[in-house]
Amino acid sequence: MPVKNENWTPTIVAFCCNWCSYAGADLAGSSRLSYPANVKIIRIPCSCRLNPLFVLRAFQRGADGVILCGCHPGDCHYTTGNYYARRRMTLLFSMLDYLGIDRRRTRVEWVSAAEGAKFSATMNDFAKTITELGENKKLGDLRCKE
Amino acid sequence: MQRMMIDRAKELLASGQVNRVLGWEQGEHSWDRTPAFFDGGNIENLKYDGFCGPNVSKYLVGEVAKDGVVLAFLKPCDSWSFNQLATEHRINTEKVYAIGVGCRGKIDVEKVRAKGIKGILDIAEDGDTLKVHTLYGDSTVERKEVLLDKCLSCKGKEHKAGAEFIGQSEETSVGDKFELVAKLEAMTPDERFAFWRSELSKCIRCNACRNVCPACSCIKCVFDNPHTGVQNKAAADDFEENLFHIIRAFHVAGRCTDCGECSRVCPQGIPLHLLNRKFIKDIDELYGEYRAGAEIGQRHPLENFDKGDCEPSIVHERGGSAQ
Amino acid sequence: MHRIGVFVCWCGSNIAATVDVKRVAEAVKSEPGVVFSTDYQYMCSENGQATIRNAIKEYKLDGIVVCSCSPRMHEATFRKTALTAGLNPYMVEIANIREQCSWIHKDMPEGTEKAIILARAAIAKVQRNAPLVAGSSPVTKRALVIGGGIAGIQTALDVAEAGYEVDIVEKSPTIGGRMAQLDKTFPTLDCAACILTPKMVDASQNEKINLITYAELESVSGFVGNFTAKIRKKARYVDEDKCTGCGVCTEKCPSRKGLNEFNMGLNTRGAVYIPFAQAIPNVAVIDKNQCLHFRTGKCGLCEKNCSAGAIKFDQTEEILERQYGAIIVATGFKPIDASAFDEYAYCQSKDVVTSLEFERLMNAAGPSKGTLVCPSDGRHPKEIVFVQCVGSRCSSDASKGKEYCSKICCMYTAKHAMLVREKYPDVKVHVFYIDVRTPGKNFDEFYRRAVEQYDVDYIKGQVGKVSVENGRLHVQGSNLIDNEQVHIDCDMVVLATAIEPDPTARSIGTMLTASMDTNDFFTEAHPKLRPVESPTAGVFLSGVCQGPKDIPETVAQASAAAAKVIGLLSKDSLTCNPCVAHSDPLLCNGCSQCENVCPYGAISYEDREVRGPEFRGVKRVAVVNEAVCQGCGACTVTCPSTAMDLKGFSNEQIMSEVDAICR
Repeated sequence: MPVKNENWTPTIVAFCCNWCSYAGADLAGSSRLSYPANVKIIRIPCSCRLNPLFVLRAFQRGADGVILCGCHPGDCHYTTGNYYARRRMTLLFSMLDYLGIDRRRTRVEWVSAAEGAKFSATMNDFAKTITELGENKKLGDLRCKE
Repeated sequence: MQRMMIDRAKELLASGQVNRVLGWEQGEHSWDRTPAFFDGGNIENLKYDGFCGPNVSKYLVGEVAKDGVVLAFLKPCDSWSFNQLATEHRINTEKVYAIGVGCRGKIDVEKVRAKGIKGILDIAEDGDTLKVHTLYGDSTVERKEVLLDKCLSCKGKEHKAGAEFIGQSEETSVGDKFELVAKLEAMTPDERFAFWRSELSKCIRCNACRNVCPACSCIKCVFDNPHTGVQNKAAADDFEENLFHIIRAFHVAGRCTDCGECSRVCPQGIPLHLLNRKFIKDIDELYGEYRAGAEIGQRHPLENFDKGDCEPSIVHERGGSAQ
Repeated sequence: MHRIGVFVCWCGSNIAATVDVKRVAEAVKSEPGVVFSTDYQYMCSENGQATIRNAIKEYKLDGIVVCSCSPRMHEATFRKTALTAGLNPYMVEIANIREQCSWIHKDMPEGTEKAIILARAAIAKVQRNAPLVAGSSPVTKRALVIGGGIAGIQTALDVAEAGYEVDIVEKSPTIGGRMAQLDKTFPTLDCAACILTPKMVDASQNEKINLITYAELESVSGFVGNFTAKIRKKARYVDEDKCTGCGVCTEKCPSRKGLNEFNMGLNTRGAVYIPFAQAIPNVAVIDKNQCLHFRTGKCGLCEKNCSAGAIKFDQTEEILERQYGAIIVATGFKPIDASAFDEYAYCQSKDVVTSLEFERLMNAAGPSKGTLVCPSDGRHPKEIVFVQCVGSRCSSDASKGKEYCSKICCMYTAKHAMLVREKYPDVKVHVFYIDVRTPGKNFDEFYRRAVEQYDVDYIKGQVGKVSVENGRLHVQGSNLIDNEQVHIDCDMVVLATAIEPDPTARSIGTMLTASMDTNDFFTEAHPKLRPVESPTAGVFLSGVCQGPKDIPETVAQASAAAAKVIGLLSKDSLTCNPCVAHSDPLLCNGCSQCENVCPYGAISYEDREVRGPEFRGVKRVAVVNEAVCQGCGACTVTCPSTAMDLKGFSNEQIMSEVDAICR
């Protein structure tokens, strides 16, 4: 249900692997393919570096959506990193869903260094979904809000 | 059976093959059973009966660091945890002499009380019935009606480890152990959230679940480590309980042997095993059936992969209209 | 608390057009630790870098944040700038306010606000940065080549040419590999032995090359620059130094029932044998299972007749342990076992042969001395059918065969057809094919010559069944172009069997922790840009072990691998990436989960004395080899106690970025 707060805009954290998706985001930038400013990217060496703690921490601190982008399966710079990330995030997101946390607030997309357009489209779509879902109230930790 | 175990332990102690014995001793009440170590001096105090619910395998982690060999009496469910700990090099199997002991399911005294029996002084097992001696007189209870929840979804009475075996076992499992998980999955997200909120908000962060869990054997837990950014001691806020329990379940995912100790020891009665079992169910459905602790040296599903694994979007697809 | 300087770049108007750079520089001044901030038109210019250098000195900065273009563009530049001003280069963080901000947002207030948040995240991160120092490790200037076929020989020759020692380990008694078994080579039709054997001789005579034949790799430990390999040298029962290769023993040996491996089992050899005339080393070997001396204790004719006294029945296998800086895998291939393809009657008739068997039948040194005869009765064949794609390009759900194209079969089948027609114009030749694939220099011309000049009957379609009828072969197939069934009675059927990696490849891959695909071909570090390196540092790929290829491609790859090896061995030491994992022994449980997910085998375990508040005593702890770790971080997430962390991308660093963004 959309939240009525007029001033609210979502906070979206995008974890991007250094070799494919971060480069894909760079390509989106140099191709001037826009996506909402709410999306903030954190660079990690590989999608397998994403600790579930980071995802939960983001939600705890008031993020409304978290997305992980990595190399396509089979193209990992470190050969196998995204295969591990895929299992970990599948199980983590399934668990969040099981706890009643809207599964549309979490996502994994594989974006190669050549897919600037896909990166931009993914972020536009994800931001739209999160905006429609409204503010993340279930997970926010009041003490962390100033 | 208790007699046979004590006699066998004495033999092994006398021969020098083992130096200490891990089993159960009586606690405060006549029915309380606590894991304990014995030697030749106090081995007669070893108890083994329907009240020996606690999983003893985790106690070996610290014990094998000492000199000598430990004789460990393992129930069938304890043997899975034993294997998992051995897989993770937490137990040196060369320093353990394991004996599998038979199990007919263990009794939950709270369930006896729940039948309205008050002022319990003593409980005696007599075949399939329990004779309860109370302040207000004696009564009897059907044994199978007061078994621990974990025994009702028992993985089976086969020992997965042990050099020898004592005693017979009886099946206690009833029904599908994933039934409750499936029921939760079928709810709407808001119902699920409400369910877990009401359950997890009971958490007092006593850490009993963590301390008893044989998979939670970290020397220092992330929640006690000031450098992890998630350190905390008391649950001061809604989300922290969630965070703690999600991370705890995630850290034991693929390693949890479903021994059910977390729920058994929770003073607030939170069904914590339903978190672990959700991971087990997902792993079974998505990556093929896997049982942690089935044998030593297994590689669990989260330290493994298949190139054809499903995409994380399956979480969205499976949910279908429940959103 | 670090003293941090923030430098906001305009990038001309690239950033300044949509981000109020002055406001960004102003806004970050209140962030914890920031003691200086400024903006400049081009931070990457010499003047911009001078601004940074001066500020580092003037304000005693020990951490800097540059708000500019992507770190993929200029992170290295600004790290060097920091270094020249005496600051550790890893105390630099980049806030990407161009690609991630000014270029994609049109609204100035929106862009400015986002740029401030990105700058805050970078400041929060650099606050938790620690100076990192890249370690180095020495390089053993010797290479190990596994496999002595043309790939291994070529790599060894090239590496030796550059002045480095090379050991070739070959599991069979001679080097030469599959190429030695070939008759002629496409598309030039030169004789394989004529072009290969001089190279074999070169390898044996090169003083930098050490041939270890009849030996297998036992184990490998270590890492790039510092491998230790154990090599098991099997007992030949012949003293290699004394044997002159005169061959008297091979003639005197009374036990003659062993199948001749070199001739694909088409004829037999003695229990003591030299694999082929040009074998290198030209030394006999005794087949223990077949030798009468070993089986009955009698005989010993070879020993009696050896004037050099080279026969040593009491020889035992030995284990060599050697150090290497680089390892080249050149394990090659074998044809798949055709007996699984019952429809082609391979097991029913001797006249159904594989292509490699056909090579031997055509070869002057082969079982029939180069005269093409039917193996069953030695008659001259009148009609031959070639079947392509036997076991190649099979569907993924088929119970047998490979999904991939074996690449060389189209060309060698054209070669066989042409050679038969050239030598025996009376023989009719048919070829069943799915497609004829001829990409390669002079390949299509070669194939067209077979069709046009030599009148080979190419039939597009597959063979359904081969049956034995009245001592001849009946081939039933389909012609897809004329859309009709084809029935051919012939004397020989030649199966162009798929090739697969040598069976030893899998265990070698495991020893080297080098990744392989589902077909057991070794995976390259990058399929396009690093095709001759394994993802495991210091391991290189040469020849068919990486995927099917013909001789020129194999040789090209072998030389390419050699170039990479020379590049490695020419260094006295290797600089390591400092952004590597490290384990805190106080927290480590020793559970091995990190070891299991490490793609590089960089993690090992040792028992170590630790004294911490939670644990005192000796325990099993993970140890990261910094020379091998590539810094992916897989281990950090699998570690439940967070004992394992990644330098440069630590839990605290990433968590503080999350906090800054979600603030």
